[in-house]
Parts: sequence; C-alpha cells; structure tokens
Amino acid sequence: MTNTEWPLWEVFVRSKQGLDHKHVGSLHAADATMAIQNARDVYTRRLEGVSIWVVESTHVHASNPDDAAAFYDPAADKVYRHPTFFEVPISIKHM
Amino acid sequence: METITSAPETPSAIQQQRLQFVLQLADTSLVLGHRLSEWCGHGPVLEQDIAMANIGLDFLGEARSYYQYAAELEGAGRTEDELAFLRAATEYRNPLLVEQPNGDFAATVLRQFLFDSYHLPFLEALRAGPDEKLAAIAEKSVKEAAYHRQWSAEWVIRLGDGTPESRRRLDGALRDFWRYTAELTTPAPAETALADLGLAPNLDDVRALQQAHIAEVFAEATLPLPASGVAQKGGKTGRHSEHLGYLLAELQYMQRAYPGLKW
Repeated sequence: MTNTEWPLWEVFVRSKQGLDHKHVGSLHAADATMAIQNARDVYTRRLEGVSIWVVESTHVHASNPDDAAAFYDPAADKVYRHPTFFEVPISIKHM
Repeated sequence: METITSAPETPSAIQQQRLQFVLQLADTSLVLGHRLSEWCGHGPVLEQDIAMANIGLDFLGEARSYYQYAAELEGAGRTEDELAFLRAATEYRNPLLVEQPNGDFAATVLRQFLFDSYHLPFLEALRAGPDEKLAAIAEKSVKEAAYHRQWSAEWVIRLGDGTPESRRRLDGALRDFWRYTAELTTPAPAETALADLGLAPNLDDVRALQQAHIAEVFAEATLPLPASGVAQKGGKTGRHSEHLGYLLAELQYMQRAYPGLKW
C-alpha cells in the first residue's frame, strides 16, 4: 500500500520588505510549487505577506522537550548577559 | 478617442449594446463565481477548498463592478442586486461553459482552465480599451486572473500528467467541456458591433492568445489537443443549458422569496 497522503510543509511569511519571515503554520502539498501556491491561498488572503518560504516539515529538526531543563534553565540567572549595564550618553536617542 | 461615462436620457443603439456587453461580462463572472462557491466545504483538501473559494470571491467582486456599471449605463434606477437577482435565465448573457455543473475536481479544474486561458488575454485587451470604467475594472481583475490561470494550469498539468485515475478524469472533463470553449471567443452581436467601433476587445486576437496558452499547457500535461469539433453556443444570446435555471433558482432564492431583503 502506497502512502497517498501529501507531505506536510511549514510556511513562513514575510509581512513587509525588510522584516524577517515568520512561521505562520503548516499545510499539506505534493511538492514545493503546490506548497507555495497553497500557502498563498491559505495564509496571505488578508494582505499578510509579500514573500513566502516553505520547508518540508521532515527537514525541520527540533530540540527535545526533555532537554528543556538543561538547555534553557541555566540562562535564567545570567542577567549580566543582557547589555543593560552600559551607560548610554544622553545625546544618543532610541537605544 | 471618445469616452462615454454617463447614460443619455433615451439609450441609443450603441448605448444598448454597451449595456448588453457589460451585462454579459457581469453574468459570466457571477455564474462562474457561484459555481466555485458550491465547492465551499466540499473541496478535496482544505487548501484547495480555500483556493476555490478565493477564486470564486474574485469573480464575485468582478461581477459586482460590472453590475454597478451596467446599472449606471441602463439609467433606469435598477441596482446591481436587482440586475443579479431579478433577471430570468433567458436574460442572462453568460457563455454556456461557466454554467456547466462542477462535476468532480478535474472537471472544475478544466472548466476553470479553459475560462482562464480566455479571461486573462480578454482582460488585458479590455484594460487597454477606451472605456475608462471597464479599463479600471480590468486593471483590478487582471492580477486576479493571472493567478487563476496559474492555479488552473498547474492543476491541468498535475492531473493530465499524473496517475491513470487523474488522467481518466481529466480526459472525461475534456470530452464534456471542450465543445463550450469556442463560444468564449465567438462574439455576440453586441460584441461585434462594439469591436467594430474599437469599444470592445477583438476576440480573434484573444482567441489566438488563448489557443497558444492551451497548447502550451496541454503539451506539458501530455494531453493531445482536441480537434475543433462541434461547438455549443447560445449562452451569450440567452439560449442556455438546463443547468442555469437550477443555478439561478438557488442564487436568486432569497430575493425572490423575500423581495428587497437586506442583511
């Protein structure tokens, strides 16, 4: 029995020139061309974007939730990693 | 070139032809848009369900613009809604192709493809024409039509050059719908009169572009180009297939049952 389900694709949409592509969701499609076309129809109907990326979901490698404690908790008390201890000259605005 | 923007007191023959022409465009977009809307909630996959609803809504938007202009040309106080909902099937001027039932997905795709292959070059010609209102409507619709054509061509290629099952279904659709293709580029009396005055696109030019597109896509889809065969015509002059009556019965139900209803 062959698998007749279309593969899953992750969709990234850039909302404006100069901004990053953001993950907006996923969809099914037979290939990349169809995935982009489907993404256009499903995710850009309300002027959400000016550019679309699609990536087959199997190509996305994710971190293991079981590693969460080891991965992320140690950063919680490293406040010195934030560059907030510098004195900014008064004449510099919008920092 | 002369541009007529408002209707005179007594419509001249040419004004009458303009009205017929605009109504024909309006009816065509409305009927095809309605057919596509019938897929809503029934698409083969969610993504295509949304795609067909999107395309249907594009046609509805195009139809509204034409009906508003037709109401203005007529100058008889009828609104866009009255033109869409209170005219009988024999008054509708859409070509037969667009009223044909959806059938399966392959049939809908092929009907759409045959129409889109005409629609885009037609709108491009309309956009370049002397009627400013029609040119403005075409300017907006041409981008939508370009996407529709891309969508339907893509699916014709996938189904034609796909599995034996998809090919069998597309072949069947081609047998059913090919005979309605010629009517799209066969001018109705109003179109002939207006084209002679440079007020409507020359459909011979449109047909050449349509045929080139069909040949290109069919080659990629490995579909043999059908022989010209017998062409079914009549919709543009009000002689419709039985299907339009049923379609309008559903489309017009609310306004017929509750005249003047608004929501």
